Amino acid sequence: MLVSLNWLRDYVDVDVPATELAERLTMAGLEVDALNEKGPDFRGVRVARILSLKPHSNADHLSLCEVTTGESTYPVVCGARNIRVGDTVPLALVGATLPGDLVIRSSRIRDEVSEGMLCSEEELGIGTSASGIMILPSDLPLGSELGDVLNLRDAVLDIGVTPNRADCLSVIGVAREWAAIAGKELRYPATDVIENGEDIREITSVSILDSDLCPRYTARIIKNVRIGPSPLWIRQRLEAVGLRPINNIVDVTNFVMMELGQPLHAFDFRFLEEGRIVVRRSRESERFISLDGKERTLRADTLLICDGVKPVAIGGVMGGLNSEIQPDTEVILLESAYFNPSSIRKTSRELAMGTDAAFRFERGIDPEGVIRALNRAARLIAEVSGGTLCQGVIDQYPQKIRTARRVPLRIRRVNDILGIAVPAEEIIRTLESLEMAVESVDEGRIAVTPPTCRVDITREIDLIEEIIRLYGYDRVPATLPGVSVIAGVSDGKRSVEGRLREIMTGAGYTEVINYSFISPNAVDQLGLGEADERRSHVLIRNPLTEEQAVLRTTIIYSLLLNAKRNADCGSFDLKIFETGKTFIRCGEGELPREQNRMACLITGRRYEDRWHSRDLRADFYDLKGCIESILDVLRIPSPSFRSGIHETMLHPGISCGVYSGEEKVGFLGEIHPDLLIRLDLTGPILVCELDLDFLAAHFHAKAPFRSIPRFPSSSRDVAFLIRREMEARDVFRLAEDSHEELLEKVQIFDVYEGASIPAGMKSVGVRFSYRCADRTLTDDEVNEAHARIVHAVVNATGGSIR
Amino acid sequence: MMGELAALREQAEAELRKAGTEEDLLTVRTRYLGRKGLLTGLLRNISHVALEERPEFGKRCNEVKEDLSARIDQLLAGMAASKRNESLLRERIDVTLPGRGVRHGTLHPVTQVREEICRIFAGLGFSVVEGPEVELDYYNFEALNIPKDHPARDMQDTFYVEENIVLRTHTSPVQVRIMEKTTPPVRILSPGRVYRRDSDISHTPMFHQIEGLLVDRGVTFGDLKGILTVFLKQVFGEETALRFRPSFFPFTEPSAEVDIRCVMCSGKGCRVCGQSGWLEILGSGMVDPEVFKNVGYDPEEFTGFAFGLGLERIAMLKFGISDIRLFFENDMRFLDQF
Repeated sequence: MLVSLNWLRDYVDVDVPATELAERLTMAGLEVDALNEKGPDFRGVRVARILSLKPHSNADHLSLCEVTTGESTYPVVCGARNIRVGDTVPLALVGATLPGDLVIRSSRIRDEVSEGMLCSEEELGIGTSASGIMILPSDLPLGSELGDVLNLRDAVLDIGVTPNRADCLSVIGVAREWAAIAGKELRYPATDVIENGEDIREITSVSILDSDLCPRYTARIIKNVRIGPSPLWIRQRLEAVGLRPINNIVDVTNFVMMELGQPLHAFDFRFLEEGRIVVRRSRESERFISLDGKERTLRADTLLICDGVKPVAIGGVMGGLNSEIQPDTEVILLESAYFNPSSIRKTSRELAMGTDAAFRFERGIDPEGVIRALNRAARLIAEVSGGTLCQGVIDQYPQKIRTARRVPLRIRRVNDILGIAVPAEEIIRTLESLEMAVESVDEGRIAVTPPTCRVDITREIDLIEEIIRLYGYDRVPATLPGVSVIAGVSDGKRSVEGRLREIMTGAGYTEVINYSFISPNAVDQLGLGEADERRSHVLIRNPLTEEQAVLRTTIIYSLLLNAKRNADCGSFDLKIFETGKTFIRCGEGELPREQNRMACLITGRRYEDRWHSRDLRADFYDLKGCIESILDVLRIPSPSFRSGIHETMLHPGISCGVYSGEEKVGFLGEIHPDLLIRLDLTGPILVCELDLDFLAAHFHAKAPFRSIPRFPSSSRDVAFLIRREMEARDVFRLAEDSHEELLEKVQIFDVYEGASIPAGMKSVGVRFSYRCADRTLTDDEVNEAHARIVHAVVNATGGSIR
Repeated sequence: MMGELAALREQAEAELRKAGTEEDLLTVRTRYLGRKGLLTGLLRNISHVALEERPEFGKRCNEVKEDLSARIDQLLAGMAASKRNESLLRERIDVTLPGRGVRHGTLHPVTQVREEICRIFAGLGFSVVEGPEVELDYYNFEALNIPKDHPARDMQDTFYVEENIVLRTHTSPVQVRIMEKTTPPVRILSPGRVYRRDSDISHTPMFHQIEGLLVDRGVTFGDLKGILTVFLKQVFGEETALRFRPSFFPFTEPSAEVDIRCVMCSGKGCRVCGQSGWLEILGSGMVDPEVFKNVGYDPEEFTGFAFGLGLERIAMLKFGISDIRLFFENDMRFLDQF
């Protein structure tokens, strides 16, 4: 909210620089986001009076004036027609500067000397009226600088008022805060009125049909108003806080809203059929044209202000076009009411009408300030429009609005919460400076009644906050809790994630973080089958864009987009990984199933500098090696990689499932060439996704120590000739199934197809290592065991030894 | 004879000086020290020497012999060494070519900041916990004292999945979930992704927060200041000036916004701090009694404080990054820098 320092000074003394004001308000909880100090955009303009006026001899649209600043008299040629002898006017002397870098010079206009210029508001940059010379109040001292006497030097504070402080959405509210902070007196504006007209009850009536939405509605009638522009002081204040002046009636309602925080509305009484107000809920789909000229379709339950026949305003949000103040309006009905905050909030959100009025009503205005604001506005309207106030006020108040009641406060509790010792007297003084009534209850206890505008204060803790924010947060000493010593622990998921990060970065992978949302098309692009549970998206009802409309069910898609983006920037070699959640939709009203996953991607050359291995491309085994290392480091039980999985996004011949025992932990493989085409990517691209929750549940931080073998191992190499489609895993399994106690390790040292190998076959070189824990094996022992294994493998595979 | 010996020695040394190859040296050795060598010959003629001079002559001859022999060995060894060196130098490689392939990957800056903060708080006895990212309205809002149709909901623009299911707008719901199933003392830290419907140079629809909560008997606002001061000075340096100022969060009261002295301009006022000299770094406050009631804690028995901060913001300040969107574009030219 914008607050003008000049305006603030109407209600409280501010005897510190604006920067200090801003600083101290901020430190008391009214955060000043910006401070704009501004002065007039002109210099050298004096208050002057017109001594004589005669037509220009050579131009019939110009006049020749004699103008005095008290000290000197100047001849000035002027084209305006609104000036008369004796008028007080702004005179820009020779050498003065006006907005737009205009410098006034002595000149000759059609043979007449002009030693200056009389200015309009527009020329001075302080108003929009260009229709004539600005006529100043006659009591301004002649010869004084116009900028000084008009108080055009101002500072505007932009205050970020928190949602709890509805009372500070007004200049008086901020003034009240400053008075409390600086120990100043608060001056309320005058609200006494002179009622010359007839009794209001003979003219109009108000009936509230839905008092739950409108507990209080008050009104006044003002007759004989003359519509015109507001006086400069009102317009200046409105413009300073970013409101556009419209006419004297509307300006006063806005002025009082900013001044006291009570939104008001003025109706042209002519257009109120049957001359009365009815407050009711709208019917479903009722239509209404608001002040801004837009037709609105209302949902049932919207609060409407109606006349005897039709709606004339959306209560608390915006008035209607049909009852707007017109240039010829003579009688107005002025409304000041209290509306149910959550009803206003619903309406303003539904209609996307976040008006200044709605903003205040939904945060809660002072229910007991309704009449004060009504009278303040009535008084100002009478003053600026010459209107006559009718006798009396209509005050329909069918439902008492609960305002803050007495709140008990224990002095000891204040200090228990804050960790300081504020004396009772200081607590009481602080609360009283905020216009709270304090009664002593007994030793150590007081009862506090906040002012009715403080709708946020209902509990002891609310009072404690008031005390500390004025006492000063900086006066509370920093301490460390002398409480129970507990050690910070981290769970399995965090440990595993930490290890993964080490392994992956060590292996050269860079961590990425993608949004959790992706496009709903992603599953089709990935070619996921109809039955794939990863098609069960969580849909966001109000996404920012279609690309972010669902939550991801796999991380792979995000990584592919990263590959694309980097390729577009000329980076074709990529090693990346991400840990994060995937989301599978469950039933209506249920939270989705969230799974922690780790995914990684590798593409392009294996080494950045390829002088030593021209164009060596990363392949399946690069990524697999990395995954093996993860499973190994985490000591995941019985890991294996199995082909023949159905993973539609992967190349069917270059992909596998990652298993622990019979549990599938993830998948690994090359992206399907068709998918590469769909995403316009260049392959090969290898990806892997692992279930982090599984890894977290099954990892072992430590393995039991095994002593270092004291006796040597011996190994035997053999090359099997087996069918091409047989897998290394078959050989490993056969060796394992042989249950040879002495067999320690099986390694594949060579795989060969081609010349000298029959078609459909391949040669697999295997090294078997044997060892016994308590002695050195003899050649015979090794040979026997080796023969049994080789025999078993040859038998089972139908292959031969090469 | 003594004169002959001296002449011989001189002659031999002159030849050694001229010898350029191993072969030359070997020739010199044979000529002087060999069985039929000149020095051996001289010694053989010892009979020509006067009897009383013989021991002296013999000694001198041996000296010359040993000297020459040592000298030749030395020259031979030097020659062999330089020969080996020459042959090794022929194996010389270009050491300025880049090495082969062990390039370490980098951790995302947000992860780095998160881990640093977790480490600091682990030292203060906080345990790390996590919660769901898709959350019930109850946990995200209502249990945190943010009722439906309350203006405080404006503070966070929300993504909805269903009427009562949202993408969590902050990590604060984890507080409630933990308190529901724990009795104090509670000291937790909860990092994670959060979502708000907002996108521009300083907002992304997803970002990361860390939530902290400490509940026990007798915890005060002074303790809040103490813990957060320790934390922020560890992250931004011991010299960092801090200020705590009143603010509003529906689930804490009193609430405090914590600012640090602007790291860019040291408080003189710049674009980054909006000329104020201060940077908002985190929100905090004493847990509102209403929240305690919602989780079944007695606010008369227990007090506590909570705080929350945005990891991207911290990372931006620490690394001097000006556009938050860079964190999620995953451009290697960005990520490789950390």
